[in-house]
Amino acid sequence: MAMAGDRGQAVPTPGITVVLPSILQPLAGGQSILTAPADRPVTVAELLDALTADYAVLARRLRDETGALRRFVNIYVDGDEVRRLQGLETEVSPGQEVLVIQSVAGG
Amino acid sequence: MVGMTTAESFVLAIGTKKGLWLATSQDRREWSFTGPHFLMSEIPSIGIDTRNGRTRIMVGVRNEHWGPTVAHSDDLGATWSEPEQGAIRFPEDTGAALERIWQIYPDAESRPGVVWAGAEPISVWKSTDGGEHFELNRGLWDHPHRSEWGAGYGGAAAHSIVVHPARETVHVAMSTGGVYRSLDGGASWEARNRGISAYFMPDPNPEFGQCVHKIAADAAVDGRLYAQNHHGVYRTDDNAETWNSIAEGLPADFGFVMLTHPRREGTAWVVPLKADGERIPPNGELAVHRTDDAGGSWKRLSNGLPTGEYNSVLRDAASVDTAEPAGVYFGTRGGNVYASADEGETFTEVAAHLPDVLCVRAAVVAGA
Repeated sequence: MAMAGDRGQAVPTPGITVVLPSILQPLAGGQSILTAPADRPVTVAELLDALTADYAVLARRLRDETGALRRFVNIYVDGDEVRRLQGLETEVSPGQEVLVIQSVAGG
Repeated sequence: MVGMTTAESFVLAIGTKKGLWLATSQDRREWSFTGPHFLMSEIPSIGIDTRNGRTRIMVGVRNEHWGPTVAHSDDLGATWSEPEQGAIRFPEDTGAALERIWQIYPDAESRPGVVWAGAEPISVWKSTDGGEHFELNRGLWDHPHRSEWGAGYGGAAAHSIVVHPARETVHVAMSTGGVYRSLDGGASWEARNRGISAYFMPDPNPEFGQCVHKIAADAAVDGRLYAQNHHGVYRTDDNAETWNSIAEGLPADFGFVMLTHPRREGTAWVVPLKADGERIPPNGELAVHRTDDAGGSWKRLSNGLPTGEYNSVLRDAASVDTAEPAGVYFGTRGGNVYASADEGETFTEVAAHLPDVLCVRAAVVAGA
């Protein structure tokens, strides 16, 4: 993987990748990974805003119209669920990986 | 078949805890099913809109993970659409978020693009584009009673909407809050519960706070409506100014369902349940009860229904069609669905072992 600053190569735009569960991928044009360009830390809310700008239905599946994360949607930043951090205000830095995983819930 | 032409057939939509099943029939006895659609999402509300020269099926979908939305299909479920921004979306200033769509109600033929919706949190919505986008009814949202409305076991929702086909009169029923009436198309609302008991409250006859389960209008008598309450079956003949009990003759005054005939005066159906302690058909014997005299007397209808049934029938898990004679349909929380092509005189089981049935709707359609 090319890293920023590798000699002799074009410098890629730094970004933050978000991995979607398979059930949501059809709402993102079939993509399993979305990448938001970012050259500085952004909040999870800002990250979701950017990534779902073109995928309005996906946006509604993750958050309600007040912007709150749906109860059984979990977002992990480098393995930590954001509710245990600062929620949607949790900052994510370029290079970090974000996972969207639904809770094991229901019957 | 009386009153039918070969160009007509029937559509039955069954919303369950884990998806939607659709069926078509030529005779209301043999049904061809598709589904599950929306597998693992609950379908608490369905509207079948046969106006505008097409059959549009609208469904309130709610997924435990991904939230609620409204989808519609104009090809009997072959494909589904939902607006990018959602058909029902609380305005930002309300600070509210949609939880569940409890009711989708196509308006009269005279208002061909209008569809109403009732939702949780307690709210009424109106679409003028055939159910693709709804606008929040501000009159009810801003009602001064709002802070005192409560939540029943299933949530706090506006679950019944009855719109007068010619005038600007709208009745809404909510749990808990009771019946509210608008005479100006929904701009302003007043509680209209006089005569309906709220035995579970300190004042058993409050202005509002009743736990009405379902209301339906008499199609032939102006100003007459019927209500199935959390205990109590009622009728009003004066546009909900006063309600009077019509429970005498029923084996139980509790239940969730209230259906009225599409044309005939005085005809309504209920499905009594014993309560509060049991919440099952009385003695485990499932039966529909029909009145043909506006609640003066009730006829028990159980031909074709099982004995030993311990599941309840929820408020929207029942429907009538508009054929002659009218069809009656209902489903249980045990996942069985029954249909009658003769106004309830005889039922046949059309589906079994589905997930909990939350909503049933039936319609006469062209073709299919």
